[in-house]
Amino acid sequence: MGDALTVVALAAVVLFVVTLVWRLVPLRRDLGTPADRATFNTLHTASLAAPPLRCGLTAGGAGRAARHLRALLGTPGLAISDTEQLLAWDGAGDGHGAHAVRHAQPATEHARTEVVGPAGVACADPDCPIKVGVVAPLVVEDRVVGSLTAYGLTASAGLVRATNEVARWVSAQLELAELDASRTRLVEAELRALRAQISPHFVYNSLTAIASFVRTDPVRARELLLEFADFTRYSFRRHGEFTTLAEELRSIDRYLLLERARFGDRLQVTLQIAPEVLPVSVPFLCIQPLVENAVRHGLEGRPGQGHVTIVAEDAGSEALISVEDDGTGIDPDLVRQTLAGGHDGDSVGLGNVDERLRQVYGDDYGLVVETAPGAGTKVSMRVPKYRAGVHA
Amino acid sequence: MSDPTYGVLAVTAVTLATILIGSFALRFSRTTSDFYVASRSVSPVWNASAIGGEYLSAASFLGVAGLILTYGVDMLWFPVGYTAGYLVLLVLVAAPLRRSGAYTLPDFAQARLESMLVRRIASVMVVLIGWLYLLPQFVGAGLTLRVATGVPGWLGGLLVAVIVVFSVATGGMRSITFVQAFQYWLKLTALAVPVVFLLIAWQADGRPALDDSRPPTFRERTTVTVRTDVSFVVTDPVRTVVTGRLDGTTYDAATRRLDVGAHVAREGARLTFPAGAVVPHAEKLEPSSGHDWARPLSGAGGRDHPLYSTYSLILALFFGTMGLPHVLVRFYTNPDGRAARRTTLVVLVLLGAFYLFPTVYGVLARIYTPDLLLTGATDGAVLLLPQRVVGGLAGDLLGALVTAGAFAAFLSTSSGLTVSVAGVLSQDVLRGGVRDFRVAGALAVTVPFLVSLGAGSLAVADVVGLAFAVAAASFCPLLLLGIWWRRLTDVGAAAGLLVGGGLATAAVAATIGGATRSGWLGALLAQPAAWTVPIAFLVMVVVSRHTQHRVPPNVRRTLVRLHAPESLPLRRDPPVHRRPA
Repeated sequence: MGDALTVVALAAVVLFVVTLVWRLVPLRRDLGTPADRATFNTLHTASLAAPPLRCGLTAGGAGRAARHLRALLGTPGLAISDTEQLLAWDGAGDGHGAHAVRHAQPATEHARTEVVGPAGVACADPDCPIKVGVVAPLVVEDRVVGSLTAYGLTASAGLVRATNEVARWVSAQLELAELDASRTRLVEAELRALRAQISPHFVYNSLTAIASFVRTDPVRARELLLEFADFTRYSFRRHGEFTTLAEELRSIDRYLLLERARFGDRLQVTLQIAPEVLPVSVPFLCIQPLVENAVRHGLEGRPGQGHVTIVAEDAGSEALISVEDDGTGIDPDLVRQTLAGGHDGDSVGLGNVDERLRQVYGDDYGLVVETAPGAGTKVSMRVPKYRAGVHA
Repeated sequence: MSDPTYGVLAVTAVTLATILIGSFALRFSRTTSDFYVASRSVSPVWNASAIGGEYLSAASFLGVAGLILTYGVDMLWFPVGYTAGYLVLLVLVAAPLRRSGAYTLPDFAQARLESMLVRRIASVMVVLIGWLYLLPQFVGAGLTLRVATGVPGWLGGLLVAVIVVFSVATGGMRSITFVQAFQYWLKLTALAVPVVFLLIAWQADGRPALDDSRPPTFRERTTVTVRTDVSFVVTDPVRTVVTGRLDGTTYDAATRRLDVGAHVAREGARLTFPAGAVVPHAEKLEPSSGHDWARPLSGAGGRDHPLYSTYSLILALFFGTMGLPHVLVRFYTNPDGRAARRTTLVVLVLLGAFYLFPTVYGVLARIYTPDLLLTGATDGAVLLLPQRVVGGLAGDLLGALVTAGAFAAFLSTSSGLTVSVAGVLSQDVLRGGVRDFRVAGALAVTVPFLVSLGAGSLAVADVVGLAFAVAAASFCPLLLLGIWWRRLTDVGAAAGLLVGGGLATAAVAATIGGATRSGWLGALLAQPAAWTVPIAFLVMVVVSRHTQHRVPPNVRRTLVRLHAPESLPLRRDPPVHRRPA
């Protein structure tokens, strides 16, 4: 009885491991017709060449892509250059690479495909398979950024056309790389904008609030000024896209201290923070804007007290963070538009925070907003405790 | 058998307390309207208590005493190794691991080697180690409930499994520091308080000692109840009173002479031995004299190749601790590398204090409950001693306290492990959200529970030792080389994990599946660390040296982050002038 169960259980374990390996290692189970296979092979080779090219036209990326591109063209030699120098050479006879930039010059100048004859290419070795070169320019946004040269025995019409097509495909990848880069620059610009965005209202209000204490309670006024200094130091720091939840909360504490100086007892704050999640790395200034919104929605434009509740709890491999107010609420449609990136008027930074979270952690990790007019607002997010590349 | 009421009450109380503290602590730890919550991170002492709470499992609570009772002083390496593993962790791993920002072992593999393949292999290893560690928890739970209340063995395991799955699914007991810290102090109390009474009773009894020349004897007329069929060997002819089925005949309170040789007692049989009789041993155990029992490397109790086994065990325990999934998760709670080191230091102190007690239980069990050697259920020693030695109401109450502690041990370790295993399953294997986490939790518990049904005869601490061996042969090389050797490559790490972890897992599967335990082969399979750990290191180094072009591109930056204290101003804003006080 016992032994039989052991055997069954061990079999279950083995089955599990085998299934796992089966899932992790995809096999080509259906091979298709020869034409299908040729298409698959071409597409597969192209897909291998794509990721290195998506880093832009660099020596490293070109070097890794050149091997696959040469396989795609089936030529004995292939060179990738930018407008100044050779970036990568793949194939026989390294000596030819040294001349690639000279071969490419006419094509890059005229922005069209050129054939370089044996007079310019062939070397002393009669057995060398490299006699002619077909040079195609790489064009990104109507600008020639480099060239792709295929070397072979003869410049057949087929080779010229194939080289042309491959160069256009490479150009498309480089354009996508450019797009990635500009998207990153955009996010950085937004982050800078967000840092700058905190100030005007808040700076003015804080300073007037502090001013009101200068005579009546100079000690408190001094403390508040120092808190204000620390707050701005954190908010305007230059380095790092990420910070720890502890740091972010410390800054929020300072922010709330200054707001309490202004609103007095009207502002009620509850913080429920599980200490286990304090070391979690979070995108810089990802909670602060939400708190600022909560204070505004909870208090401004209405009499009486407003409650703001900030909760951070531990949930296994993630931290759950939420900011809630019992204020006027927002129109859900407006929130939808803001999160969709269209409109960013009333809710400072909501769309920005949402976008940065999605960019870092993936689309599953956007902001969740629960609100209705008159029913308060709750904004929550999930943050994974570890994600490659995220370090405070 | 004493009144089971106390045992049932103790188990119920522990279960309720755990769940209640879980849900209340959730509220306590989070409700602060005070400012500066951000600076109130978990202190090293709390964190260390929590690590102790998750770490001290059935193996520590019950298993160590059982092994000492059976095999003698060599088994002291179990408590020593369980503790010393943290010394290795402290010196070589704790701070860099914390600075890596990794939450789980697969996270570390990915952070250091920048490879999804290594991450996935690490995930599979985490699941296997987690299952192997969960298995003895269920066996131990079954045993505890059987000794305390007399219900069948599988019920205790099922109870723990259900409670753990329930609490994981509902979100309670999820690595809440307070709950786990409470568990440590509960376990320490549950072992330490009875020890005081046991020692007083032992003193009052005239401080009986072991007989140097003979195997243990029954100190008084003793009735042994057989819970599962057992085959035992009589070395000294003895007259017993038998009720139940013995050697194919059913008796009813008949006096029968047991001759030298093997005898088979069926479930439910009761044998009453006279005082002074030599205790017959279960077939798989060998009787040994008090002198052999107390002598290191004597092979007492029937362990072959004690020298090899001991060194292999030391290697497994010293280097396996760092690869236990539920331990590393807790290091994340430390705010920085320095706090991680401090926490580890406190863990060493707490564990050192705890492990004094199982040793005392083991020695007293050799004197007062040698009948366990007949039934082979030596893991029950800790649970039986209070009733046997102190007796009466006090004995029952102390027994209930020990039972409660043991149950706390299963609950906390199992829930910690289940959360870790389920996290890895849902993140890397099933891929999905909360619903999947519940499915993963159920899966994480079901597999080891099923295996535990068929593995009732294994010593709890032995199986935990095997889990350590697999961890030592897979994650120890990954962590040590990953932290201290910049030339480690993803291919090398993958190869080392597969070869080391694979060999160790195969040896463990063979041992649990009932392969031979005698001779060199048996020793090599039962204690695989001594050969699998060096092989894993060797494979990782050799393969890495042959794949140097695959060294991760950011290795320098990664290693600086692992080793530089957080206070070093790397990539920080220029320093500000300190503001006036």
